[in-house]
Amino acid sequence: MAKIRTATILTALIKRDLSVAMRQRSDLLNPIIFLLVVITLFPLGVGPEPEILGRIAPGVIWVSALLSALLGLERLFRDDFRDGALEQMLLLPVATEWAIVGKIFVHWLLSAAPLLILAPLLALLLNLPQEAWFTLWMTLLLGTPVLSSVGAIGVALTVSLNKGGALLSLLLLPLLVPLLIFATAAIETAASGLPALGPLAFMGAILVLTTTLSPFAVHAALRVSVN
Amino acid sequence: MAGLLSAQQVTSVRGERTLFKALSLSLNCGELCQVVGPNGAGKSSFLRICAGLLPLQQGEIQYQGESIEQCRTAYHQDLLFIGHKAGVKPELTAIENLMFFAQAQGQPFEEPPYDVLATVGLVGLEDIPAQQLSAGQQRRIALARLWCSSAKIWILDEPFTSLDTAGIELLHGRFDEHLQQGGAVLMTSHQALSQLKGAVSQIVLEYQH
Repeated sequence: MAKIRTATILTALIKRDLSVAMRQRSDLLNPIIFLLVVITLFPLGVGPEPEILGRIAPGVIWVSALLSALLGLERLFRDDFRDGALEQMLLLPVATEWAIVGKIFVHWLLSAAPLLILAPLLALLLNLPQEAWFTLWMTLLLGTPVLSSVGAIGVALTVSLNKGGALLSLLLLPLLVPLLIFATAAIETAASGLPALGPLAFMGAILVLTTTLSPFAVHAALRVSVN
Repeated sequence: MAGLLSAQQVTSVRGERTLFKALSLSLNCGELCQVVGPNGAGKSSFLRICAGLLPLQQGEIQYQGESIEQCRTAYHQDLLFIGHKAGVKPELTAIENLMFFAQAQGQPFEEPPYDVLATVGLVGLEDIPAQQLSAGQQRRIALARLWCSSAKIWILDEPFTSLDTAGIELLHGRFDEHLQQGGAVLMTSHQALSQLKGAVSQIVLEYQH
């Protein structure tokens, strides 16, 4: 029998997930609408002084990005678990880790792309100093894959529980705190006119660590969950 | 001689309860094995262990004489597993579901497999998302995979669920064909399989307290 190419199967999986997502647009839009609402509410809540807003902008943007990511995270494996597609994924004739990389990639694409596009708007709404705009964008670019791949571990662990939502947040938030710290540190450094390469380099390191190791952790967690 | 699929001394313990102890199975080309037993006896667990979905607690499962953990990719390429939850995506149409399954098995269709849908009686429903179809029709989408896969080993968990009599007959016909072509089937069902022409063996599981 001809050897099946991993790439073919991976493309098939990615294509299917994208078309499934395109048919559940409301699920897709919820987190991003939540994010926009939170960001627009802040100036109303703390008052419209440009200095205060500019000062809190990095934290506000990143905390809301983090929370909105948690909101959409369950989509990663929940539906697949319910309809049995998850079992079929574990039985694909490729290393399951590759399939998981595909799932994480699709989730990242669908959750982070809107965020990356909207980032300048968010910066504008909160009066973030212009010098920091590019750094904000870089932190989002480096940080969102971490959210997706660390989140995948949590979702894989809790997918078989009926009400895993609260547990998922409790499980993941502590793990994501370093990301939040480095990201806001980078943006604040840039806002005060200094080079932000240090914290960005740390974020890059976290990115490499999580994206390479999480597929293995997710695989182990899924094997427990489909029991 | 090593069969196509064999299980030796498989034991499964779920929680405090031993589902079955030292269960053995040997499945050769052209054979069908039906696992029977009351609800909760561990039929599904046994099938899932054989498919490699559940970890093996004791014993060994071999595919062509090799442990399935060692030849996982080759085994899964030659295996078609349809469980209780069939893995049909409710948002996608029958055609899209089938195209995905075919690609994932490494045998993509060159054009949409309308003939397969005709065989399983889903003509005219190819553009409707699976969630709008009835349970039996969704089952037919999943079972349509049996007509377009070259996998030799089929592991089917209650394939007749929600099928009508015509569907059950159709499936029997397909089993006969598959067995004649040298395939093997491991399945659970509460139905008698007396209509089949080929060799049918049974494994009986008792409910253990």
